[in-house]
Amino acid sequence: MMEYDKLISGAAAGMRPSGIRKFFDIAAEMKDCISLGVGEPDFKTPWAIREAGIASLEKGRTWYTSNAGLKELREEICRYLRRRFGLEYTADETLVTVGGSEAIDLCIRSLVNPGDEVIIPEPCFVCYEPITTLTGGVAVPIALQAADKFKLTADQLRAAITPKTKLLVLPFPNNPTGGIMTREELEPIARVLRETDVIVLSDEIYAELTYGDVRHCSIAALPGMKERTVVVNGFSKAYAMTGWRLGYACGPKPVIDVMTKVHQSAIMCAPTTSQYAAVTALKNCDADIERMRQEYDARRRFLVARLNKLGLTCFEPEGAFYAFPSIAATGMTSDAFATGLLNSQRVAVVPGTAFGATGEGHVRISYAYSLNHLAEALRRIELYLKELGVRA
Amino acid sequence: MERILKILEENARISLEDLAVMVNDTPEGVAARLDEYRAAGVIRGFHTLVDWEKAGVPRVQAIIELRVTPKRDCGFDEVAAAVANFEEVDSVMLMSGGYDLCVVMTGRSFQEIALFVAKRLSPLDGVLSTTTHFVLHTYKKDGVLYGGEAADERVIS
Repeated sequence: MMEYDKLISGAAAGMRPSGIRKFFDIAAEMKDCISLGVGEPDFKTPWAIREAGIASLEKGRTWYTSNAGLKELREEICRYLRRRFGLEYTADETLVTVGGSEAIDLCIRSLVNPGDEVIIPEPCFVCYEPITTLTGGVAVPIALQAADKFKLTADQLRAAITPKTKLLVLPFPNNPTGGIMTREELEPIARVLRETDVIVLSDEIYAELTYGDVRHCSIAALPGMKERTVVVNGFSKAYAMTGWRLGYACGPKPVIDVMTKVHQSAIMCAPTTSQYAAVTALKNCDADIERMRQEYDARRRFLVARLNKLGLTCFEPEGAFYAFPSIAATGMTSDAFATGLLNSQRVAVVPGTAFGATGEGHVRISYAYSLNHLAEALRRIELYLKELGVRA
Repeated sequence: MERILKILEENARISLEDLAVMVNDTPEGVAARLDEYRAAGVIRGFHTLVDWEKAGVPRVQAIIELRVTPKRDCGFDEVAAAVANFEEVDSVMLMSGGYDLCVVMTGRSFQEIALFVAKRLSPLDGVLSTTTHFVLHTYKKDGVLYGGEAADERVIS
């Protein structure tokens, strides 16, 4: 008998499993379950992009591309980043990856030595900590506060930096809170960082989905920050292309070169069909981004107003497609609330604790759903609250 | 605001309150806009989309192509208005292409519609010819798939 427990690497065995996954498994078994749990758009990829993918297959473009990705695509990415966010990159400072996820993985593995510290503001997406740990780095969480609208403050950052700090993960617009950082809020952060050698991993995958008066601002656009920032972005959220698995990283050439080397050994290159489709996305589909953004915005307003009315108080999420209401009114833990809601009313939400301990007292609700779907889910949540005696 | 109309087109039963929140206005403000839209004829009505086949009620729909002689002063308007006056007629549209007026109508049976076309539409002054197409099955109507939406295959992530 092989004793696999003993054979598996200690580091891999020690990785924290995703807290989201647990709920998925329960909900998948349940009949008539309404999910508010997805982390991807409900829109299909705009047809022009799908057609470009199909056309590339018809033309027989079925080979590898260069490791860094099609030159044409990298040049379009640079044009796009300049047009939309005022960022200045060249094709050789750009690496095309298998989703934003691979770019995050490469960035951490290319920079972090065993014992190096990686500062991770929480609540946040679930991948940074496990990859850091797997690499031998030490994850240093910062507990973002609801009172700060889940933004990172300069004081919090300064307190977390030590001589061992290698990397700061900056995950804004944020999954799961919907919090954003404006240029004015980023400037104090940049001021702290300019005096250090800390590199920023700026995960901007939701950059196109902000809803206030101001558009997303990348920290790399601030003076003196480009040289210490790796920008991670991708096509999944902006163009509803999750299944195509395509993202990219832009940053200082020496860092991108090493990331490309790791990528070369691990992946070879991002999917060729997706790369051709993405060229069309960047060239022709700014209007599609805007159409989807407006639709999300209407749902966001609807959802947040309803949640507040139900007593699940919700600060206004200004980015991504999640609301992160407080369940303090119920006096329950996030996990108990979510489990109860699933069992009683068959509505799946994700407990805030899946995104870090500081998410306790909150749940993540996705609004990547139709209005009718959201309305029905909210009706059931109200029934659940009545059952709990929280609402008359 | 065009956004109010877009939301209403897809969700006619939405409450004033929800609508106001979604467009960042007050319920009173939105109500006033809706009144204006109705008065100006921008909003022409609210309908329930019924799948009569599923309801088990025998109803037949037909699309009828009319070729018409235009009149000197009023073009196609006079004939179109005469056709539109029939209660049995759901829609009348002036078309480009091989014929002039497209008439959509509903009846209880094929025969009822055929008789209507023969006795009411064909004899109208100016109507040159008619071609009647019966609807055999509806797959999608006004943006709604009658076969049901595809299941959501997305997983919690």
